[in-house]
Amino acid sequence: MIDIKSLREDFPILQRKVNGQPLIYLDNAATSQTPKQVVDTIVDYYYNYNANIHRGVHTLSQEATDKYEQARRTIQEHFNAAHPYEIIFTSGTTHGINMIASGFESLLQPGDELIVSAMEHHSNIVPWQMLCERTGAILKVIPMSEEGELSMEAYDTLLNEKTRLVFCNHISNALGTINPIKTIIDKAHAVGAAVLIDGAQACPHIKADVQALDVDFYVVSAHKMCGPTGVGVLYGKEEWLEKLPPYQGGGEMIAEVSFEKTTYAGLPHKFEAGTPDICGGIAFGAAVDYINRIGMENIAAYEHELLEYATDKLLEIDGLRIYGTAGKKTSVISFNIEGIHPYDIGAILDKLGVAVRTGHHCAQPVMEFYKIPGTVRASFAFYNTKEEIDTFVAALIRAKNMLL
Amino acid sequence: MTIKEIQENIVDEFSMFDDWMQRYEYMIELGKSLPLIDEQYKTDDNLIKGCQSKVWVHAGLDNDKVVFTADSDAIITKGIIAILIRAFSGQAPKDIIEADTGFIDEIGLKEHLSPTRANGLVSMIKQIKMYAIAYQTQLN
Repeated sequence: MIDIKSLREDFPILQRKVNGQPLIYLDNAATSQTPKQVVDTIVDYYYNYNANIHRGVHTLSQEATDKYEQARRTIQEHFNAAHPYEIIFTSGTTHGINMIASGFESLLQPGDELIVSAMEHHSNIVPWQMLCERTGAILKVIPMSEEGELSMEAYDTLLNEKTRLVFCNHISNALGTINPIKTIIDKAHAVGAAVLIDGAQACPHIKADVQALDVDFYVVSAHKMCGPTGVGVLYGKEEWLEKLPPYQGGGEMIAEVSFEKTTYAGLPHKFEAGTPDICGGIAFGAAVDYINRIGMENIAAYEHELLEYATDKLLEIDGLRIYGTAGKKTSVISFNIEGIHPYDIGAILDKLGVAVRTGHHCAQPVMEFYKIPGTVRASFAFYNTKEEIDTFVAALIRAKNMLL
Repeated sequence: MTIKEIQENIVDEFSMFDDWMQRYEYMIELGKSLPLIDEQYKTDDNLIKGCQSKVWVHAGLDNDKVVFTADSDAIITKGIIAILIRAFSGQAPKDIIEADTGFIDEIGLKEHLSPTRANGLVSMIKQIKMYAIAYQTQLN
């Protein structure tokens, strides 16, 4: 059991008002709020040991380096990676995906096949389309059902000896579906293909064990799990990270440089050119510690309770349809009310202090599948309450009455 | 009436409302009123793709005045379009080019004209100005 009331005190932003109303923040799938413990870490860094890492012999540089590398180990342990150097700091999930898409360019031949799921965020579609344009590889799509579940039968028919890479989200940002990634990974490996899993939506809800999953690449963003924006990690299996060429050239990623020849540094530095977001990386570590103190199982159980409570309440509203009704889903509810545009609902909810996301959620293929311009999406975190859901539902009914 | 006078009238009308609810209800009423564009002009050529809502704009020249018609799939966006059309349609190109949209702030709907709102309205205003510039060139 978790004590929500005391946890909420860790998030000063939850006390503010929006448009004169108490804020009800239900846009957690876009970004989570940041607890004091993480903000304190950021302040401590800039007040006490701000310095560049891996270079200076002076004390501050050493302290910053130690904390940065400690954060890497914290994140390694969290995702159960075999080695700290398999954790590459990035600017976020999108960056991690682009690094791998870029790295595969030299490994692909025209006619090679890549497989994507039908419910991906644009950031897990576009880099691969660009890669296909550069290499002549072909992109294939695993279709989904009306409920928002991927067809594993169709996936079987797409896999063959030409398949090089499969990429899929762990959890869909638009629908909340938890995808059967272990099955997806095992089937891909059976034909010799590598797998990248986009864990951006999963990381606040599920603790992924990258070794148990046997996944080749797993990418996340810190800001989805109580960390700061602009930082994330790419987990890559050592053998893959050794095989792929560096993404960017610069300082930090080299062993030796001369005008005749440069040799690259070992992992993880090979993929971390330039001065990284040192403070962001350290704060990411603090966010992982924070979440683990609450316990991922506790978080998941409570959020599931919120999901069921909100789903039941919302379905009482006439004309409301939920998109994404998979058997396994996280605390994301995408919906529309018949005859009302999602933008209109979002605009009125905002006036009533309720923050939801409206639009296509950077997943236009999903919207195209349902033939809708977009949805309203309410997404819950462990610091949300049933009382907030009641207020949200009341606000929604008010919006509906105004708009219909 | 000049654009400025129409805008002042709109600001006056909105000053009667006590709170955002009344303003929004009025906008929604405007949005629900008859289509603001002939169906034949709701083409892809006239479509502005906002991230959130779609906006169609069509322009024509009538007695040296630019006549705008427009529509949206979202009601609040459509309500704001109705106000913009009222202010800019039937005016001389030169006056449209010179006019500003500060009155939208004054009537408390500023947030809908934010470039980050991605509802197509900012692009619509840009489009209105572009049409005016094109017709001005034609008249010269």
